[in-house]
Amino acid sequence: MDFGVIKEYLPLYEKAFLLTIKIGWIGILLSLVLGILVAFILFYRIPVLKLIAGAYIELFRNTPLLVQLFFLYFGLPKIGLSISAEWCGALGLGLLGGSYMAEGFRSGLEAIPVSQTESAYSLGMSKGQMFRKVILPQAFSLSIPAIVANVIFLLKETSVFSAISLMDLMFTAKDLIGLYYNTTECLFLLVLFYILMLLPVSIAGSVVEKKARYRMFGV
Amino acid sequence: MSEIVSVKNLCKRYDELTVLDNISFSVQKGEVVVIVGPSGCGKSTLLRCLNGLEEIQDGRIFLDGEKIETNRNKTNGLCERMGMVFQSYDLFPHKTILQNLTLAPIIVKKRKRKEVEEEALALLERVGLSSKKDSYPRQLSGGQKQRVAIVRALIMHPEVLLLDEITAALDPEMVREVLDVVLNLAREGRTMLIVTHEMQFARAVADRMLFLEGGKIVEEGEPEEFFEHPKTERLRQFLQTFTYIKE
Repeated sequence: MDFGVIKEYLPLYEKAFLLTIKIGWIGILLSLVLGILVAFILFYRIPVLKLIAGAYIELFRNTPLLVQLFFLYFGLPKIGLSISAEWCGALGLGLLGGSYMAEGFRSGLEAIPVSQTESAYSLGMSKGQMFRKVILPQAFSLSIPAIVANVIFLLKETSVFSAISLMDLMFTAKDLIGLYYNTTECLFLLVLFYILMLLPVSIAGSVVEKKARYRMFGV
Repeated sequence: MSEIVSVKNLCKRYDELTVLDNISFSVQKGEVVVIVGPSGCGKSTLLRCLNGLEEIQDGRIFLDGEKIETNRNKTNGLCERMGMVFQSYDLFPHKTILQNLTLAPIIVKKRKRKEVEEEALALLERVGLSSKKDSYPRQLSGGQKQRVAIVRALIMHPEVLLLDEITAALDPEMVREVLDVVLNLAREGRTMLIVTHEMQFARAVADRMLFLEGGKIVEEGEPEEFFEHPKTERLRQFLQTFTYIKE
């Protein structure tokens, strides 16, 4: 392995790393908002919306991200909607993630006894107050393991962004290999940067998970 | 004494099953009414109807002369004037004891945090739990949790307190500490409607007893009369199930 090459490529990888993180986290943020919304609709069986929510989940959970990205990147301009590759990536990740997050949140919501809702009502809380102050924080704590798993999964899924010409980590590695044949160095850097991106999330995830579980269940 | 709760021709049905069948009764201010009856007789459902947790099919419920809207979607704030304590405590597990108490007064009644916290601490002191203010519900025993649940209802300043089998989930040695709190509340002249299986306690705390069976009030009366000289055969049988005689 040629460390000179590695040093030379490092800035390129750094740039790709930052782009991947930026788009990845915007997508994850979107997926969280979407996931909570869809889980809420499904859990409270809101008429009409629940059908749309169900169809959404099945559509995005059962198609690969690559196909979704192609659809957004090449398909939308055909109907006059043109968005940048960055936003395509974030939106695609958000839509895919939303379908996974929704199921994660829903399992959290369903694990909370009805009596929690009732005691909130009997204290005079409105539906909104009950949901925000009593149900959501508990559902969130219970869903943390699922959310952390989804976040890690989504960050890894960013590796298909190169297909819509986003200069992410995967794109950079493939590009450099194609140009200079420094396969070993390029792949080494690729692995290194993915681990750099995911290991902190994984560790922080377990810490948050433990804390939340301890607060509620004491173990 | 003036009438505070008035129930008129209350009917509650689940499809074909009639749980409450044309129930009428009233509670005076400061009165403690204890409802007993075999399981499935509708006593818990009755309390839940009063608290707006169940939709009713027929009849009316009045609090201090105002009709209670029992449909959750158009609640008119009257249900909140009745505090309810449940069998399973139902404290909020993600909040500390103090937060459990202050949450509703702050967000529902828009009271100032400082003032609510002072009141919460004073109430905790009264039930002997001020040292637990920063604990989480899981760190408390069942009896302690139930005492906190009572305080959580009290801090909303309810005009009527509804207690739904509050000792049913407790170990026997913890029943006492909870019932003592209720006895004290009765002495202070709180209006309470209590569903319980603790007959000794019922007798000690009640101003008036109601015996419910099959969704109907079968018998009612002063505790002395009620326990010593039941008028109906059904109540006599029911009371007998609580006494053990070695043959």
